[in-house]
Amino acid sequence: MNAIRIMKLTDLSSDINEWFGGSGPLADIVISSRVRLARNLAGHKFLSRCSNAEKSDILKKLRDVLMSLDLGDKVFYISIDKAPALDRHLLVERHLISRNHAFGKGPRGVVIAQREFFTAMINEEDHLRLQVLKAGCQLSQCARQVHHIDDMIEQKVEFAFSPRYGYLTACPTNLGTAIRVSVMLHLPALKMTGQIEKFFNAARDMNLAVRGLFGEGTEAASDLYQLSNQVTLGVSESAIVTEFENAIIPEVVEYENAARSQLLTKQPDILDDKISRAMALLQNAHLISSQEALFLLSHLRLGINMHNHMGASTPAIKRLCSLKGSGDADKRSGLSITTINRLFMLTLPAHLQLNYGKPLDPTHRDALRAQIIRSALNG
Amino acid sequence: MQCQICNKNEATIHLTEIAGGVRTEMHLCELCAHEQGIAIKTNIPINELLSSLLAVQPTDDELTGRPDKQLSCPHCGFTLDQFRKEALLGCPYDYEIFEKSLLPLIEKAHNGKTTHCGKFPSKVPRDARMQIELLNLRQQLETAVQSEDYELAAKLRDKISAIEKRKSDC
Repeated sequence: MNAIRIMKLTDLSSDINEWFGGSGPLADIVISSRVRLARNLAGHKFLSRCSNAEKSDILKKLRDVLMSLDLGDKVFYISIDKAPALDRHLLVERHLISRNHAFGKGPRGVVIAQREFFTAMINEEDHLRLQVLKAGCQLSQCARQVHHIDDMIEQKVEFAFSPRYGYLTACPTNLGTAIRVSVMLHLPALKMTGQIEKFFNAARDMNLAVRGLFGEGTEAASDLYQLSNQVTLGVSESAIVTEFENAIIPEVVEYENAARSQLLTKQPDILDDKISRAMALLQNAHLISSQEALFLLSHLRLGINMHNHMGASTPAIKRLCSLKGSGDADKRSGLSITTINRLFMLTLPAHLQLNYGKPLDPTHRDALRAQIIRSALNG
Repeated sequence: MQCQICNKNEATIHLTEIAGGVRTEMHLCELCAHEQGIAIKTNIPINELLSSLLAVQPTDDELTGRPDKQLSCPHCGFTLDQFRKEALLGCPYDYEIFEKSLLPLIEKAHNGKTTHCGKFPSKVPRDARMQIELLNLRQQLETAVQSEDYELAAKLRDKISAIEKRKSDC
């Protein structure tokens, strides 16, 4: 067995991860793709009935198997129950572990590939939750990779499975394929044009779940929405992925693009007002909360994407694109989506504090956040 | 109470923020809350839905004529009462032991479906594997017929017949 490599979280916190970099197919609207599988070991109880000793056994068994796999990247293990709260917050902010895993109980951990395309949560709601993340719309690629990893693990352990019900999970809502396919979507124009409710209703009619950037209740903060399947039984993994790629995602992308065109042709004043206000505040504010920063950066991201993908050049978009982002390698090309995404992630509370080197109270965080954004946007 | 921004609509969203030891309160209508970038829960998460479904499920008493306490899992000691509270099962055997009570929930959560279709572990016995393969192929056949791809449908039909023959030979 490989020695357990301990990860320094400041290696992660100083930059964005690959799948949040703004690249990949349809990346102006589909920020990232994720496929997650839930698995439980045969011969063990589900976690709600496990003693800490049994949880430790499961954790050791799965950690040893995962650390021995060839994933084409360095892998690290983090013991979540022993990690400081700030580190756990950081992993949640980077979508590497769930909030439940970060603040749950008992022996639990996570295996992370260094490039952050893969994580395996051990002892979350199920014994094992494997996920693969990629930039843009790449669900098939995520599914292929996570199944490959699942197959390798299955050579070494036996999972709880029933021919009738499929992979057996602690909650019956995950039963069957135990697959959760999700995309993170940026839908600011649907919101600005008052059509976001249509998106929610359509998702509900198709049995899909919509959550905010960091789960339930955070939708409006950044115009980022996670759309995922809810039905996991009686429909194959490939049928779920195909439906997302061929029907659901193209439709949402078309809705959002139509709303962006509508803003440009019929409501350019609304668009320019939102972008100009966002620029003015972000370039001048001395105290800015995380929620407000996410909300305003979303408008800048919309402006840059409309310029890059639709050739939009309203007065505000021209001003926005002429800003010289201090994080951009080529300053002649103006503010990039990568700079916006970097600000988006690096000004989240745990990132801010880990990069600063010590915990900060909310007012100091707001001041530091405002300073980082001002210096990035003012060149 | 009126919304403190528009002063017109009824305030239905009440926020309390404590930052730097200072407490502030906001009372807003849904429209102004949206404009301020404050999130409103728009759809019910599946776990909440499940809990609400569980609450209206018949008890074991009603289903089996036996009191709840008599029906507990011999492997993990779990009871349906605990499931009603936590919405999580105790061990894989619970799916068999509480099948009668769980089936209506499974059906509701999965859009009427009650049988697995999709991946299976390589170590699954041959007959179970054939059963799952048949389910997968039948689903693909249904999709092919719906999209009027009759060439593919014919191929799938032949595969189904071949597996059925193998199954009856076993």
